[in-house]
Amino acid sequence: MFFTFLRRELAGRRRQTAIVAIGMALAIALVMIVNAVSTGMRDAQAEVLQSVYGVGTDLTVTATPAAPGDGGADGGPQRFEFDAGDGQTADGSTALSQSRLAAGPGSQTFDAAALDTVQGLDGVEAAAATLSLENVTFSGELPAMSQDQGGTDVQTAPGGDGAPPQGGFDGAGGSAFDVDRVTVLGIDPAGAAVGPLSAAAVDEGRGLEASDAGRAVAVLDASYAASAGLAVGDAIELGGTDFEIVGTVVSTSADATTASNAYVPLDLAQSLSGQEGKVSDVYVQAASADRIDAVQSAIEEALPDTTVSTQSDLAAQVSGSLGSASALISNLGLWVSIAVLAAAFLTAVLFTIQGVTRRTREFGTLKAIGWRNRRIVGQVAGESLVQGLIGGAAGLVVGLAGIWVVNLLGLTLGGSAGGGFTAGGPGAMPGADASAGAPAGGATGPFSAASQTATDVVLSAPVTVGVIAVAIGLAVLGGLLAGAVGGWRAARLRPAEALRSVG
Amino acid sequence: MSAAASARPLTTAVPSNEPNADPPQRSTAMYRLEHVTKEYRGKRTVTALKDVTLEIPAGQHVAIQGPTGGGKSTLLQMLGALDRPTSGRVVLGEAELSHLPDAKLAGVRAAQLGFVFQGFNLIPTLSAQENVEAALAPLGVAAAERTRRAGEALAAVGLADRAGHVPGELSGGQQQRVAIARALVKEPEVLLADEPTGALDEGTRDEILELLEGIRRDRGLTLVVVTHDSAVARRAERRLHLMDGVVTER
Repeated sequence: MFFTFLRRELAGRRRQTAIVAIGMALAIALVMIVNAVSTGMRDAQAEVLQSVYGVGTDLTVTATPAAPGDGGADGGPQRFEFDAGDGQTADGSTALSQSRLAAGPGSQTFDAAALDTVQGLDGVEAAAATLSLENVTFSGELPAMSQDQGGTDVQTAPGGDGAPPQGGFDGAGGSAFDVDRVTVLGIDPAGAAVGPLSAAAVDEGRGLEASDAGRAVAVLDASYAASAGLAVGDAIELGGTDFEIVGTVVSTSADATTASNAYVPLDLAQSLSGQEGKVSDVYVQAASADRIDAVQSAIEEALPDTTVSTQSDLAAQVSGSLGSASALISNLGLWVSIAVLAAAFLTAVLFTIQGVTRRTREFGTLKAIGWRNRRIVGQVAGESLVQGLIGGAAGLVVGLAGIWVVNLLGLTLGGSAGGGFTAGGPGAMPGADASAGAPAGGATGPFSAASQTATDVVLSAPVTVGVIAVAIGLAVLGGLLAGAVGGWRAARLRPAEALRSVG
Repeated sequence: MSAAASARPLTTAVPSNEPNADPPQRSTAMYRLEHVTKEYRGKRTVTALKDVTLEIPAGQHVAIQGPTGGGKSTLLQMLGALDRPTSGRVVLGEAELSHLPDAKLAGVRAAQLGFVFQGFNLIPTLSAQENVEAALAPLGVAAAERTRRAGEALAAVGLADRAGHVPGELSGGQQQRVAIARALVKEPEVLLADEPTGALDEGTRDEILELLEGIRRDRGLTLVVVTHDSAVARRAERRLHLMDGVVTER
C-alpha cells in the first residue's frame, strides 16, 4: 500500500514533485560542482607545492623568523667591495665583476644538527636538509678616476673633486652595472628521497650523486638554463667559484619550474656562503598520514626555535590566481552553495507543508479509517524522500555535466609558492595574481628558505566518490528534512478534521 | 413544548453513581455514553455536548438530527473514537474509549468502525480498488488478500467494473458507493454515516439508503446516520435530536 500510495501521489501531483525536484537538483548540482572544483583546487595546490617542497613532504622545519630589528636574519644587506687593483682597465674604463653567495633576503638558517634530531624522532620516515642561498653577481664599468682614492666602494657615487671623469660605458664618465641573481639550493647529494628534487626529473645530463660531495658541480633548472643560455658541460660562477653544470632538471608537475635555479652539494654551499654547519630547511616525511600531527609535536618539542609546518600550512601560502580562485571557491562558492541548498531545502519543506495542509481532509480520513500516525508520517516522509532522490538523481546528472564543462574549459591557473618575493605565475583569471605585488625581499616565515616557484596548472575538477556521495547524501537529507517537517504537521492533525462538514 | 421537555428516557441500563445502586448490568449495548460532556476551550468555552447519557444497542439503525451547531458532529466524533469527552465515559462494546491512547483509538477505528462521509472523502489519486484497500492497510492484511476483499466489496456495491477508476472519473453516487465499500471491507461492527446522501440527488439518495439498510440487515451492523434530511431520518428505527448539546429522543 505504501508504494502504491507513494507512486500515485507523486504521479498525481507532478507539478509539486517537479518543482521540489528541480530545486533540489540545482542545489545539489551546484554543491557538486563547487565540491569538485574545490577538490581540483586542492590538487592544483598540491601540484604547486610539490614543485617546491617535493613529493611526499609532510612537514617542513624552518627557523622561526626573528622580529624586525633583532638582526636575526642571515641575509642582511649585501655589500660589494673592490680594491684599487681590482678589475681590468682599458680605454679609460675599469670593468668590475664580483659574485657573492649568501643567504637570500629574509632567509633564516639554523644548526644542521637539527636534521639528526629530526631523523631520530619516532614516526619520521625520512628527512633531508637544504640550504637556500642566493648568488648575486655584480658587474659593470667605472670611468677613470681623476685621483687615486684607494679602495673604491661601489656604493659611493663616482666623480667628486678634480677633473671630470673620462671613459665609462658612455665615454663621458658614466657608469653601468648589472646585478644578476640566481637562487641556489644546497642539497645533500646522498640525501634521502625527500625534498625539492623529489618532484624533479633529470632533463639532460645527470643529477647530483653521493660522490659529488665537496665537488664544484651543479644541476640547473632546465627553464633557468635555457633562459641563461647555459647547457650541460658549461660552467656557472657561484660565490666566486666556477661550478661545472652536470645536468638539468625539470619539474614533474605540468608547466612548473623547480624550486631553485641551481642545485649544488650542501657542504660546498655552506662553505662558500660562510654558513658552515647551517641549513635553512629540513623536509620531513612521516611514516604514515595519521602520525603527522604527532611528528609535528615531537619536532616542535625537540627544536623549540624552529617553525614546523604541515601541508595545509603550505597550501595557505600558495599565491597567484590559483590562490585567489581557491579562496573564491572556499568562500564565495561555499556560501553560495549553502544559500542555494538552504533555499532548496526550504522550498521542499514549504511545499511539503503546503501539501499536508491541502491534504488535511485526506489525512484526517485516513486517520478516521484507522491509519496510525506513524504510518501517515512514514507516507509523507517517503514521498518527500523520493522527491529528494528524484532531485538528487537529476542533480547528479546536471552536476556531472557541469563538472564536464569545467574540465572541457580547461581553465589555467597560475600558482606560486615558496619565498613570496617574486611575481606569481601567469594566470588565466584576470586580476588574480595575488603575489605580483609582494614586496621585494619581504618574505619571511616558514617557507622563506625555498625560492618562489611559479606554476601554471590546468584546473581539473575530479568526479570522486565523495562528490557523488555528497549529491546522494544531500538528496536524502533534503527529503528527510522536508518529510520530517511535513510528517510532523500531518501527525498533529486531528482525525476529527475529516468530519468538519458535519454541522 | 421543547424538544428536551418531550424527551423520553434514552436507556434503561445506565449505571448509577449512587453508592447503594445495583452493580452495572452487562448489556448487549454497542455504545454506552454516560454523562458525556464535551467542551472546546478557547477565548470562549463552548459546550458542544452537555451531560449526554445514551445507549445504542447492537444492530440498531439510529438517525441523529438537529440544527447546525447543535452538537451532531461532536457526538459522531465521540462515537467514532475520533475525540475524547471532557468528562463522562464512552464505551464501545467492552472498550472504554474515553481514556484510550491515540494508537489504541486508531486500532479501534481500524477494526470496529466504518465511516461514510458526506463528501465521500476518497483519496483522489487512488483508484476505487486502492481506496477500498486503504481501509485494510492498518489491519496488516496481506496484499493478495486485500485485493480479493476489496474486489468483493466493490462488487457488493455494484462497482466491480469501476475498480480501476479514480474518484474524479466516477459520479457522486458511485463515489459514495466506493466509500461504503471502503467502510464495509473490514467488516466493522458499527457504520457511522455523516450526511451520506447530502451531496446526492433524490434518486441516488434512495439507492444509497437502500444499499446501507440492506447491508445492515445482512450483516447485523449498528448503523448511526447523522442527517438533516427528515426523509432519511424517518427510515431509521430510532431518531435522536441534538440541540445545544442536549440529546432527546423523538
